[in-house]
Amino acid sequence: MIHSDTEKLIFEQGRAGRTGIDVEGVCLIELDDALSPELRRGPLAGFPEVSEPEMVRHYTRLSQRNVGIDDTFYPLGSCTMKYNPRINEAVASMKGFTNLHPAMPQTETQNAFRILWELEQMLNEICGMDAFTLNPVAGAHGELTGLKIIRAAIRARGEKRDKVLIPTSAHGTNPASAMLAGFTPVNIEVNPDGSVNLEALEKALDENVAAMMITNPSTLGLFETNIKKIADMLHAKGAFLYCDGANLNALVGIARPGDMGFDVIQTNTHKTFSTPHGGGGPGAGPVGVKKELVPFLPSPRIEKFDKEKFGKVLFVPVYDKQSIGRIHSYYGNFLVLLRAYCYLRTMGARGLREVAEAAVLNANYLRVSLAEIGYRVPFNRMCMHECLLTDENMPSGITTLDIAKRLIGKGYHPMTIYFPLTVHGAMLIEPTETETKETLDEFIQAMKEIAEEAKANPNLLHDAPHNTPVQRVDDVGANRPLNLNLRWKQQ
Amino acid sequence: MRYIPVTSADREEMLKKIGIHFIDQLFDMPTDMLTHLSKPLNLPAPLPEMEVMALMEKFAKEGEIAASKTSFLGGGINRHYLPATISALISRGEFLTAYTPYQPEASQGTLQALYEFQTYIALLSGMDVANASLYDGATATAEAVLMAKRINKKGKTVYVSCALHPHYREVLRTYLQDVDIPIVELAFDAKTGKTILAPTMMNDALALVVGYPNYFGIIEDLKEAREVATKVGALLISVTTEALSLAILKPPGEFGVDIFVGEGQSFGLPPSFGGPLLGLIATKDAYVRNLPGRLIGRGKDKNGKDAFVIVIATREQHIKREKATSNICTNEALCATIAGMYLTAYGKTGLANLAKQNAVKAFRLREKLAKIPGVSIPFSGATFNEFVIRTKKSGAQLLRNLLAGRQIFGGINLSVHYHKNPKDILVSVTEMNTDEDMDKFVHALREILK
Repeated sequence: MIHSDTEKLIFEQGRAGRTGIDVEGVCLIELDDALSPELRRGPLAGFPEVSEPEMVRHYTRLSQRNVGIDDTFYPLGSCTMKYNPRINEAVASMKGFTNLHPAMPQTETQNAFRILWELEQMLNEICGMDAFTLNPVAGAHGELTGLKIIRAAIRARGEKRDKVLIPTSAHGTNPASAMLAGFTPVNIEVNPDGSVNLEALEKALDENVAAMMITNPSTLGLFETNIKKIADMLHAKGAFLYCDGANLNALVGIARPGDMGFDVIQTNTHKTFSTPHGGGGPGAGPVGVKKELVPFLPSPRIEKFDKEKFGKVLFVPVYDKQSIGRIHSYYGNFLVLLRAYCYLRTMGARGLREVAEAAVLNANYLRVSLAEIGYRVPFNRMCMHECLLTDENMPSGITTLDIAKRLIGKGYHPMTIYFPLTVHGAMLIEPTETETKETLDEFIQAMKEIAEEAKANPNLLHDAPHNTPVQRVDDVGANRPLNLNLRWKQQ
Repeated sequence: MRYIPVTSADREEMLKKIGIHFIDQLFDMPTDMLTHLSKPLNLPAPLPEMEVMALMEKFAKEGEIAASKTSFLGGGINRHYLPATISALISRGEFLTAYTPYQPEASQGTLQALYEFQTYIALLSGMDVANASLYDGATATAEAVLMAKRINKKGKTVYVSCALHPHYREVLRTYLQDVDIPIVELAFDAKTGKTILAPTMMNDALALVVGYPNYFGIIEDLKEAREVATKVGALLISVTTEALSLAILKPPGEFGVDIFVGEGQSFGLPPSFGGPLLGLIATKDAYVRNLPGRLIGRGKDKNGKDAFVIVIATREQHIKREKATSNICTNEALCATIAGMYLTAYGKTGLANLAKQNAVKAFRLREKLAKIPGVSIPFSGATFNEFVIRTKKSGAQLLRNLLAGRQIFGGINLSVHYHKNPKDILVSVTEMNTDEDMDKFVHALREILK
């Protein structure tokens, strides 16, 4: 990232008569025949006219006003900002994949189906599930899909259950997905360490509960030790246990959610399986289920038909009558899934185990080191892939936000802040497995400096960051109704 | 492992710092769950980069062959040329490997690119304001109906054109099946291919949803749709599956559409076997707080300098949880950035010319096909770059004949979703189709139908 002046909006650049790509005009008489003038719009008012070099410079400059994993350490808790391997990008740009049209006859796209089918088998094995759908395109989309599957299964039993239990420490997508699936979310209090309060669960658990959604490891980065007991309690009442797989990176190759009693899990390929976040997407949120729920998976599913019957192996998209139906225009984010496939073929079982081991090792190393330099670690025991700090030990007036902004000034992307909501002033740090010990040590050093600055020169933190393209942004101001500016308008 | 830098020396030092001796001591969980101790995962053996590359190249061969054939496939996934600038710029790690721009000081690039994208979509659709993307056109349609329900609390049923993309209707059904919004499908006119809009039948309407152009490529009459929607107190939602059409057709906003949704894949995304795609949604200023998904605003930093930042996040799940307007978090930000690049590259004149080229080419092919004995154009409605042809053969048979021997993907067999029209196929023509392609198609059809 460079310290640069404001980059003008593209709409304020260029000049009439320029273009970024040459396109031939058409004969207007023929155009009138093709499409009557009364159906046509006027010129694209407001659209810029820039040359190719201007366009390239604009977007290059914008990129320089951004920070990605390629630039720096990016320890966003719950987001698993691991390195995005470049071979996956190379494969995802192969013409033999990018130019596949989903309406081509199935006989022409067997390899694409094969890749999806094999990916599904690998995810089954990794998560301990019986079947996966690859159609959801994001974690929250996966949550919605998983809950709809549960809803369909309950309906098929002839039951009506409308409650979904959600710990107060859960990601905001959990209650929002439950609503969207037509359930009533019910908050379940957690213990201070983020584990489910079994008494609260016992109290809330009745015949109207369809499912409970649990993130394991929890959003505090700790393993839910009672998970099997929770599963038994839910199953005894006929309810399902849903796993928010956002934190799967701590478990890959080590332990399987399916073995812990989870009936449904959504995974996030852009977290666990190294596909890029892209500034907020595209992702993929494959959903795995246990046997009882398989018939309800969304359509289409890819099925493999064997050689014996058909003369050759055949992969076919199928539509089950009991399916919840379609949840995406086609087969989900194929190019993202392709990247995840390459990653799994690269890693194998051993590589995945190393992922979890190194991710957890790095997180605990940070936990111990940061506690040592004076940061408050509310639960100072072995954590999983992320560690939780708070601003409690800071001099008065210094907040989590100040620390985060000062980190930006020191060249880091900050950790996740003020989440989980159950921990005051939370700083959730997830280093991932792809960082070196040197990077972690430099980060610890930076955090040490910040702790010292907090005492000696608190304004340095309040004013941070100093060396970024813009300084602390006034988001309260930007949200005032009269200021709200969501697009450029022609003067 | 090349992605995991920890060495055994690192490991020793770090374990010591933590105060333990073995990696397994890190995993503070019941031992009966530690499956790796008893049963390692049964996955294919890891491959070195060279072998992964070779494997994937082998898999890609089939697709290269398929993609080298002459294609008239469309139906919501559109074939357009991708300027070389886009892949060069979008592969920059600063865009590719960034997270959601929650920290504005470190994310001005993504934020500004998305703000520009919102502006582009607003300009193209003629609406006041667009969001920073949804998953795809189908889920955007479902989100639009849920949004309409938040605005129009009195309405009950959503009326959806039967000529809307069948997959969109399926996704809508999936989204609405658990939330008590009944769907009624409106038939289309067998002569024009347009939706039949009869206000008398829509007295409990929440919203009216029509394609623009619809699945048959027909440009629906949004003026009439607006009048009907107003009459029955419904919100009007228009759905565009071929976003390039917006560069030539009267924008939905001009007709007073309440919510515009669409599929933005045409703007710089290859067909990609159907994903990633780019969901578009735009609306009137009055409804902005009911929009789902992320919105980027232009504000100031503490020194008064222009700065971009996520705004009205109080609609979003990470703040409002169960009261959020949607559960969406991860969207299609990089695809939106690509779309911005694409629209910048083509610009004011280029994009309009491209759309005109598409219209003219489709028109030429349609005229030529219509002259072939045994081919008719069943719908009289005006079209942009897609149209339906009807022949004496079944659509499935005709497409098989075109592909076998002649190496042409002739279009989409409509009978899969419209059983009453077994002989109809949907033909899409874009700038990617040369005059030779079209002659080849005409010649092949003439022969097959002889």
